[in-house]
Amino acid sequence: MNEPLLTLTDASVKIARREILQGITMSIADREIVTLIGPNGAGKTTLVRALLGLQVLTSGSLQRRSALRIGYMPQRVRINEHMPLRVIDFLMLDGSNKDQALQALDESSVSELAGAQLNRVSGGELQRVLFSRALLRNPDLLVLDEPVQGVDLAGQADLYKLIAKVRDDHGCGVLMVSHDLNIVMAHTDTVICLNRHVCCQGNPDHVSSDPAFLELFGNRYADTLAVYHHHHDHEHDLHGAVITEPGG
Amino acid sequence: MEELLLRAVCAGLLVAVLTGPLGCFVVWQRMAYFGDTLAHSALLGVAISLYMEVSLGYGVLACGIAIALALAWLHQHHALPMDTLLGILAHVALAGGVIVLGFVSHAHVDWLAYLFGDLLAVGWQDVQRMAIVTAVICTILLFCWRKLVVIAVDQEIAGVDGINVQAYRVILLVLMAATIATAIQVVGVLLVTALLIIPATTARNITRSPRQMAFAAIFIGCVATLAGIAASYNVDVSVGPAIVMAAFLMFSASLALRTR
Repeated sequence: MNEPLLTLTDASVKIARREILQGITMSIADREIVTLIGPNGAGKTTLVRALLGLQVLTSGSLQRRSALRIGYMPQRVRINEHMPLRVIDFLMLDGSNKDQALQALDESSVSELAGAQLNRVSGGELQRVLFSRALLRNPDLLVLDEPVQGVDLAGQADLYKLIAKVRDDHGCGVLMVSHDLNIVMAHTDTVICLNRHVCCQGNPDHVSSDPAFLELFGNRYADTLAVYHHHHDHEHDLHGAVITEPGG
Repeated sequence: MEELLLRAVCAGLLVAVLTGPLGCFVVWQRMAYFGDTLAHSALLGVAISLYMEVSLGYGVLACGIAIALALAWLHQHHALPMDTLLGILAHVALAGGVIVLGFVSHAHVDWLAYLFGDLLAVGWQDVQRMAIVTAVICTILLFCWRKLVVIAVDQEIAGVDGINVQAYRVILLVLMAATIATAIQVVGVLLVTALLIIPATTARNITRSPRQMAFAAIFIGCVATLAGIAASYNVDVSVGPAIVMAAFLMFSASLALRTR
């Protein structure tokens, strides 16, 4: 088996003496789609920043495959209101030529935006432009921080399909941060459930039945997932607590 | 008289070339407060130059760059917000300047020129210094332009692209400090921020890309400078304020022409 794209080993991050992440161990393999979930304040964005090398670790280590190219789509970019900048020029800022930029826009089906001013496109369009920019680097790993934020429901499904397609076409690994569990789970190989530490990780079926997951998200989400996957491996009592099936 | 005017035009145009692109960054990164506060600290440069009997222009320049470096260092190592640090450092420099001035027995500061600039008192030596500073700053800016623009769009994206954001921020601060120190001679401490912001904002209203905006800002700054000097020559108004008013007239016109 190939060396993972990147591996985080027993990593902790403290910011202003507050422990944000503790003892995180995880890795992302080639062509693997990893989704990071967790409540607000769980440290999802800090973990992403640590994986990107933007956040210094207090302890532990980060190993990246050599010459790893990362395409990053940030959670929200406060596009500078005061800078005149066309979408195509924005994409060419990383040194790509016009053809490459247009192709990347085309891949996200927003080529008609090329000449538009970046600070005038809608939220959903901006997400796709940012996605195009992430693709431009021909990445080994795509990192998407809440990619569907501000995108309507139909657009969300499209965007997830696009992400899966890009994974297949480019053969890259994908790391996503997400809130909406049910759609995400369907397109994910591995789920990491974070609450300052890794509560549980594994494939969606496994995670959705994990007691730590249920404690974090409650049964409502677990049910959604379970319904989605048509696969129950546990029951709930009247109060919603998990009843482990004997011998299950 | 002719030569006096020629020197003023040369100095004014050099400053317009500097404040155009740097002004764009002031507008993009909301650094107006930086320009204002740093300009006030120029008095320390004036005082030290007088005390040590060195050239005023270079003294102010060196002092501005030193304060910018101190700001960057404190910002990075003590995690204090930039505006707080500016408020502390620049005003301490201003206070220090007044105190040092007290020790210079022969001190004669032309306060009006200090506050509002005195372009007509510029000598050829000053023009030469401004030309050197302009050439150096423009060269650095050309080499760093693309990276500085990416950082201005979004710091996180720049970081993931492998750009050393901290280093480029320091470079921008130093360029800005050097520009302000140079521009003070033309428009004075109180008006220097106007020279940074008004041409850039005017340019923003009528352009479609960062590069266009920078060149348009230079052009607008040059026109304002020439108009200000002409007005000053013909109707005997103060040059610095005349330049600022000329720039403001163009800004008003640009509001009507807004492309977006």
